[in-house]
Amino acid sequence: MTTKARYERPLIKKLESNMPNKFGMRTEFEPFTHIDGVSVASLMADYGSPVFVLSEQKIRNKFKAARQAFETRYPKVQFAWSYKTNYLSAVCNVFHQEGSWAEVVSGFEYDKAIRHGVDGSNIIFNGPDKTQEDLRKAITNNSLIHIDHLDELYMIQEIARETRQKPKVAIRVNMDTGIYPMWDRFGFNFENGQAWDALNKIMFSGLLDLVGLHTHIGTFMLSPNAYAIAASKLANLAQRIQQKYGHEVKYIDMGGGFSSLNTLKGAYLPGTDTNPSIDDFAEAITSALINSDYHPKSPPLLILETGRALIDEAGYLLGSVIANKRLSDGRRATILDVGVNLLFTSFWYDHKITPAQEFTSYTEDTVIYGPLCMNIDMVRENISLPLLNKGDKIVIHHVGAYNMTQWMQFITLRPNVVMIDMDGKPHLIRKNESIDSIENLEEIPPHLSHFEL
Amino acid sequence: MKIRNNIAVSDNGFVFNPASGESFTVNQVGLDILNMLRKGEKQEAIVQELSKKYQADTVMIERDLLDFEAMVKQYHLHQNED
Repeated sequence: MTTKARYERPLIKKLESNMPNKFGMRTEFEPFTHIDGVSVASLMADYGSPVFVLSEQKIRNKFKAARQAFETRYPKVQFAWSYKTNYLSAVCNVFHQEGSWAEVVSGFEYDKAIRHGVDGSNIIFNGPDKTQEDLRKAITNNSLIHIDHLDELYMIQEIARETRQKPKVAIRVNMDTGIYPMWDRFGFNFENGQAWDALNKIMFSGLLDLVGLHTHIGTFMLSPNAYAIAASKLANLAQRIQQKYGHEVKYIDMGGGFSSLNTLKGAYLPGTDTNPSIDDFAEAITSALINSDYHPKSPPLLILETGRALIDEAGYLLGSVIANKRLSDGRRATILDVGVNLLFTSFWYDHKITPAQEFTSYTEDTVIYGPLCMNIDMVRENISLPLLNKGDKIVIHHVGAYNMTQWMQFITLRPNVVMIDMDGKPHLIRKNESIDSIENLEEIPPHLSHFEL
Repeated sequence: MKIRNNIAVSDNGFVFNPASGESFTVNQVGLDILNMLRKGEKQEAIVQELSKKYQADTVMIERDLLDFEAMVKQYHLHQNED
């Protein structure tokens, strides 16, 4: 019996020696067949397609590297896991096992942290939307409340008066750090004096215990120096409090926003080559604090709420090719079973996509669409990919941050999420949705329960 | 579909159109198809031939062949049939 050759769909490609085009060069040279020793094919056979896969090993390694980057440069460091980045319970617990506190931005996230077993005093409560009920709970639990606006400050003071408790608070400070856009919608502004006014209100009231200062200057930051400026400004505020009231601000919370290895849309070079490392951010922040006027014998605790940089690379989205087609101008279009409903971050990033099976050196300029019957569902506008056939498997990289929280139940259902443990064993950590999980939340009024067509 | 007589196709998949000066590259399956088209083979025969040589069903091969022929037309490498 003769063995037939492996089939690859026929390709004819024009050779052009003019300006580089926006599809760029070929980037994939090897198929991506295994995650932590588990084959992509077996993961898809066991858990379906599409499926999110998280590597516990990568999360822990990344966390340890980040902790080392800061702890080798500064004596008092505390990480707080940013729940909104990925609040799947298994993920949160990996970070809590590593020593992270919880950083939450809603009553829902707060309750989730409590359910995970995080002590209230190790929960940082951020965000503009804290209800009176949320605040009462946080105050009772001795949590760290980061005040976003004056209405919240007044509400906390009212609860403090009523309950005779002294809530532990910080204020969030926004500021000019030389980057654009400047985030000024959260917290109190440094330059125009809002932050100083709010601090004076807190100190004069005597109702609240001002324990910290918080900032979060932006997202997917590519400039470590902006953090140095921010840390200096917060340290300056802390020193003014010390001078005026003789009150020590115990911690400086620098928030998050560190970039991962993803490539931002419009970036000229890949993020893996150009984005700053965690050491770059650590160096900028810790140098600024060490050089500030804080007394060397009582440096403030440095809190970091970084999310994306700790988990993006640990997440993979596995999917399959639904179909290939041609657009009107002859461009190749490939439709995947993975769309913007699952890959929210494809609105910001040019995600790296690798075939999970052998391929040749031929590539084709391709537009990657998702499965939704919606024009917005485009995963990659231009990518030079090896030739894919219907049914072929692909791996989308660096998807651990935000996708498993910002995903949409839209047109299709959300898939299984699997975590591969330290021994290479996969565990289902979130079951895929069924029509029941959606419809069980609905109610049909009696007069709408029947119809005839 | 037939390929124009002046189109040069090398054994390793380099295609040159002397009329326009344009050059192209084809992969192995594309090269097989071009060579069969040059010989005037019909669609059915090409599909059969490829299905004997490669691990793929005739439906997939036929679909890909139609797509390939469309690209050959787009690049003006085909002979207009009278």
